[in-house]
Amino acid sequence: MPFASLQLDDQGNLRHFLTIEGLGRDLLTRILDTAESFAGVTDRSVKKVPLLRGRVIANLFFETSTRTRTTFELAAKRLSADVLNLNISTSATAKGETLLDTLRNLEAMHVDMFVVRHADSGAAHFIAAHADPGVSVVNAGDGGHAHPTQAMLDVFTIRRAKGELTPLKVAIVGDILHSRVARSQIAALNTLGVSEVRVVAPRTLLPKDARSLGVHVFSDLEAGIRDVDVVIMLRLQRERMRGALLPSEHEYFQLYGLTDERLEAAKPDAIVMHPGPINRGVEMDSLVADGPRSVILQQVSHGIAIRMAVMSMAMQASGGENP
Amino acid sequence: MTPLFERISITGGHLLDPATGLDGKLDLHIADGVIAAIGAPPDGFDADRTIDAGGPFVIPGIVDLSARLREPGHEYKATIVSETTAAAHGGITTVLVPPDTDPVIDTPAVAELIRRRAKQSAHARVLTVGGLTRDLAGEQLTEMAALQAGGCVAVSNAWKPLANTLVARRALEYAATFDLAVFLHPEDHALRDVGCVHEGRVSTRLGLPGIPEAAETAAIARDLALAQHADARIHFRGISTGAAVEMIRQARSKGLKVTADTAIHQLHLTEMDVDGFDARCHVVPPLRTQADRDALRKGLADGTIDAVCSDHQPHEPDAKLAPFPSTAPGISGLETLLPLALRLTQEGVMDLPAVIRCLTSGPASVVDLPFGRIAAGNSADICIFASGQPWRFDAARMTSWGHNTPFDGWEFDTRVTCTLFEGRVVFHREGVA
Repeated sequence: MPFASLQLDDQGNLRHFLTIEGLGRDLLTRILDTAESFAGVTDRSVKKVPLLRGRVIANLFFETSTRTRTTFELAAKRLSADVLNLNISTSATAKGETLLDTLRNLEAMHVDMFVVRHADSGAAHFIAAHADPGVSVVNAGDGGHAHPTQAMLDVFTIRRAKGELTPLKVAIVGDILHSRVARSQIAALNTLGVSEVRVVAPRTLLPKDARSLGVHVFSDLEAGIRDVDVVIMLRLQRERMRGALLPSEHEYFQLYGLTDERLEAAKPDAIVMHPGPINRGVEMDSLVADGPRSVILQQVSHGIAIRMAVMSMAMQASGGENP
Repeated sequence: MTPLFERISITGGHLLDPATGLDGKLDLHIADGVIAAIGAPPDGFDADRTIDAGGPFVIPGIVDLSARLREPGHEYKATIVSETTAAAHGGITTVLVPPDTDPVIDTPAVAELIRRRAKQSAHARVLTVGGLTRDLAGEQLTEMAALQAGGCVAVSNAWKPLANTLVARRALEYAATFDLAVFLHPEDHALRDVGCVHEGRVSTRLGLPGIPEAAETAAIARDLALAQHADARIHFRGISTGAAVEMIRQARSKGLKVTADTAIHQLHLTEMDVDGFDARCHVVPPLRTQADRDALRKGLADGTIDAVCSDHQPHEPDAKLAPFPSTAPGISGLETLLPLALRLTQEGVMDLPAVIRCLTSGPASVVDLPFGRIAAGNSADICIFASGQPWRFDAARMTSWGHNTPFDGWEFDTRVTCTLFEGRVVFHREGVA
């Protein structure tokens, strides 16, 4: 089933949020604008709105995560929903239960939304295709495929820092091959019409035919970030050294680690981003991570507003009622 | 009491067999399980039964070089009875089963077990491909002479890797001692890694681990070098890339004893069909690019590829009910082999006799089988199909226990109406004379 028809209802409203692909510029802008309205809620002393009161949201995490799960949980609670946190990697599947069995059992408990993280590309799509019609699915990361809320919070952070998106040049640096974050960022930035998206990586960390994603490909960091407005550093998984993809963290930092000196190549007002958690001294120097151009902690707080926006939009489309 | 063999006349059909040159309105007469006469009946022939083919084509029963029947070991997926019945529905009268059953076919006893079960079912001829190494573990050779004596028509390690190139060399040399064809699945296991789709645009976009073209071509280059050295007979099972077609074409022009087949789905689907994470299109080797599909079609048309097979892999529904990378690969293909192959004539890839050859004498020649040919004295294995009556294929109504197919809902112009195996009618579509 094409993504667009699975993600959207008859009126073009968001039913599930599985991938950026197939979603139009208007819808992405609507997510950003809705998040903007929720960003104010976060600043109030009473940080709750009653939009999803009485609804049940299950965080189904088949891979461990602290940051993403916590911000989804906070977002759900600020929308007044009830939240179940299920760390499946240590429970059901260890007992041989299939993903579909897990899903059916939770549906029997009348869960309204699943927030899913899974190691297989396509897992959120699979769950959405098999869920009850009234249930919404939000993808919190599936294999190397997509992490759409991360991409939206990144775009939100860029928009807040830079205003207009269309004139911007953005470079994404690191393990593009395995990164669901990069795939979703590229799709979001291109859909929203930024001027140029670049990827910077050694050949072992680039997917085949990377240009087909709509990016310019660089293997040299300084050339790749020259005159860009935004530098996004990706997390490097330690297991990449074992798969003969890289010789050492040392050489990676020598070639692709972001330092203040290297950042000189970017525009003077360029911002630096990272989806976290950072390997200091591998992807970037602490001076950059904690420096004035870093917006890494803003990304985390924006994650709550974006997830509130996506959850409320998807629940309103699928639930039909507007509480 | 019905006699052991009926005397059958098939009348009014268009007899077509490119191997024997038959092509025209000819009757066929069958007695004692073999073809008694073509054209006029033998003197004193008194048919117990007359099948009025009524215009459709009468061709040799199809020979399928790879169909997993799932027995022994995986009877929750399918059985020899269920799948040979499905073969009969598909006009297939001879199937070769790969050795990766459970237990694996690495001793004559397992081959004998399969042969007996198939004989009880009596819907199709089931021939075994013996293991190349013990337990398919890739290290010690099987007793190939014993396997051959036990009925195995070829040897193979299925999708399991050999420990190293020295084992591969020895295995090819030892098999060559007995002129046994070795079926090789060209795949470099290290290069495949955890891949589940073609490494290309779709894997890049969907973030699915890819299987590079080089996983196939590196294996083919190595195996061709070894086959040349060992002067062995090798058959590449299920090639998927255009580069492989070109390498095999060149090897054959240099006189190497190499043959090849491809799975029918490779001639109709591409990596684009995986889009949307369609697990029904999860196959090994993976669906590749449109250029690969076109090169495979060309290779089949010019004879570089000898045969098309179903690569039948029936699964229980749960096997496909998971996120794409966690699903079991394979398509249940016996019942769509002929209609999909005949579609190639409509799409201008090959003419009808060429398609029939790739399904009958082509695969039979790979392992020197006397089947797939209509000639007096040959086993009366016959497929009758109608054309010009479009019908919609419905996966839910398949005969195979495995309903896992991406061809659900496809419209076909041709359809099997009757199948005879060893002179017996093993399938006759209701409502057809």
